[in-house]
Amino acid sequence: MARAGRQQTEELTPRSARAEMTREISQRHAGERGPLLEILHAVQAEHGYIADEDVMEIADLLNLSVAEVHGTVSFYHDFRRRPAADHEVHVCRAEACQAVGAAELWAAAEERFAHREDVEVREVFCFGNCALGPSASIDGRLRGRVTVDDLATAESGWSR
Amino acid sequence: MTTVWVPSDSSARAVGADEVAAALAEVEGVSVRRNGTRGMLWREPLVEVETDRGRVGYATVAADDIPALLEAGMLSGADHETCIGVVDEDPWLTAQDRVSLARIGVAEPTDIHAYEAQGGWAGLRRAVELDPADVVEEVVASGLRGRGGAGFPTGIKWRTVLQARDGGADQAFVACNLDEGDSGTFADRILAEGDPFTLVEGMTIAAVTVGATEGYIYCRSEYPDAIARLRDAIAVAAEHGYLGDDVAGSGRSFRLQVRVGAGAYICGEETSMLESLEGRRGEVRAKPPIPALHGLWDSPTVVNNLLSFAAIPMILADGGEAYAARGVGRSRGTQVFQLAGNIARGGVYEAPLGITLRELVEDIGGGTRTGRPVRAVQVGGPLGAYLPADRLDVPMGYEELAEAGGMLGHGGLVVFDDTVDMARMARFAMEFCSVESCGKCTPCRIGSTRGVETIDRITSTPAGAEGRDQLFVLLEDLCATMTTGSLCAMGGLTPVPVRSALTHFPEDFGGSPR
Ligand SMILES: Cc1cc2nc3c(=O)[nH]c(=O)nc-3n(C[C@H](O)[C@H](O)[C@H](O)COP(=O)(O)O)c2cc1C
Ligand code: FES
Repeated sequence: MARAGRQQTEELTPRSARAEMTREISQRHAGERGPLLEILHAVQAEHGYIADEDVMEIADLLNLSVAEVHGTVSFYHDFRRRPAADHEVHVCRAEACQAVGAAELWAAAEERFAHREDVEVREVFCFGNCALGPSASIDGRLRGRVTVDDLATAESGWSR
Repeated sequence: MTTVWVPSDSSARAVGADEVAAALAEVEGVSVRRNGTRGMLWREPLVEVETDRGRVGYATVAADDIPALLEAGMLSGADHETCIGVVDEDPWLTAQDRVSLARIGVAEPTDIHAYEAQGGWAGLRRAVELDPADVVEEVVASGLRGRGGAGFPTGIKWRTVLQARDGGADQAFVACNLDEGDSGTFADRILAEGDPFTLVEGMTIAAVTVGATEGYIYCRSEYPDAIARLRDAIAVAAEHGYLGDDVAGSGRSFRLQVRVGAGAYICGEETSMLESLEGRRGEVRAKPPIPALHGLWDSPTVVNNLLSFAAIPMILADGGEAYAARGVGRSRGTQVFQLAGNIARGGVYEAPLGITLRELVEDIGGGTRTGRPVRAVQVGGPLGAYLPADRLDVPMGYEELAEAGGMLGHGGLVVFDDTVDMARMARFAMEFCSVESCGKCTPCRIGSTRGVETIDRITSTPAGAEGRDQLFVLLEDLCATMTTGSLCAMGGLTPVPVRSALTHFPEDFGGSPR
């Protein structure tokens, strides 16, 4: 159904530049076995998130239903359906980090950035840095033995 | 020129190794090279200076320390409070029995000549000369059991795939499980980053044995450095003829690629991983059929953990008997233990199976980082039991740990001091399961949420209050339902940490029922 509807609109409105780009990226992987996750990673790397039109485009190219692609996107924590915030603070909440204060670090991160819409605070379960915890990744950079003060230092380095 | 080594391992980078490397690169007469970690993570960044005596190490160096260290004569290996002497002679390293970690942290991880000089590719060269059935028998003889958690004999798994091929299956695959989602485990990551060719060699041996022409490494997205390093290593290995159309001159073909997960703990469960590799939601498949017969795209597939593959090159080079000579009971060979959490000397420690938990935690790990008494150790990841401080004399083996109510899992040990609240840890086990459940079966999906609620009610109901005892009955019922009714070990084993916390630490739940 969705596919038939799509083709009709295609004749009326030209594809957006974004959709063109998504199709091009997807095509690079379409020949591989089981390419969907690879494609989703590549599309997200390009656009920062996966929009409805990306889902439609990918479904069309791979000959999958929109529901199937959407179902895959929504299953995984990594895929986002909205643009990312300017800053990302990912705090490990798993056991080994809890043993050295992760619960306090997590609470402090949530509190410190609660008022900032440009900062995404997310829980992560293990970065594989479990001997040097608590661990957090700030703007994509992994750090070990993180203290509550390190959060303040990171924030002071961001220009508003 | 003095050569100075600074690890590129992501744990070392997380505590400033890149800044140290950059500061040293500014120093005249210094050539900075980047090795993997030696595994002594509490000493990172561990800087090594090449001298006539060997490589002299300086521990926990910060970029700001460099001027003072230079002043003190670091470039000639002079003594200093941070100096640990010649690294190769360090007792923490020399006391280990490094089989899978034999090459870790010495050279640049993708230096293929260094790999060969350290004995690399000998296992593959022998494997391509043997009959595939003899390779399988060598692995069977080694007694190697899967290091991903379930402990299934690797040789038997390979034999099943080989027989399916001989029986007419026209394709087979090899897949490495590098999802390593268990808290307290990082051996897969350290090996992938620090010595990727060992994995490439182990997988290639599996492939030429079962006649697989394609292989996949499924790596979690939380490990970007490992992903990049493995891709580099695969390209280098292909350039040198160890991958591609003519593997090590055998005329057999094998291609290997890295696939990236997307943040889902359950994708470490092998059937969920296969679903994910095929590009779908990572929902577990019912077993049987087993992946060895119906795996990737329904073909016979060897699925092994990275550490299982990493033992293979040595087993082929030195023979299965040499590996089997180590160990205890039915747990043969070595395990790369991971010392994590609140521990003074955290890192990776390879020793024959059978070493006791107490030796690992107290003698080798040095007790807690905080200096307080050890209260609990969680062995084998988030689905493993919490063992109390008076139960640490258990030998680390599959059956031995099972007898003590625990499991070896992937060999991670997470140490807690006496400030831990075990009711909170039990609640966390249920919470983790509810967040990470794939949702396919009800006991795991719903049971874990009910588990969180029930533990909350227990801890918020005053001792002696009416109905409190029934809450413990309810929790036990839930645990029983999850254990017997879940589709896979995610829901099936989540009750293990919960029950062990209840059994060994009832006081943290405000006292157990009368
Ligand atoms: C919930 C769950 C998570 C798992 N996570 C991993 C993992 O991260 N890495 C791994 O190698 N095995 C993991 N396993 C075990 C795999 O299902 C499988 O037994 C293993 O990959 C087989 O390889 P091996 O025989 O070499 O251990 C997990 C199992 C379960 C039930
Ligand atoms: S538990 Fe936090 S990094 Fe592993």
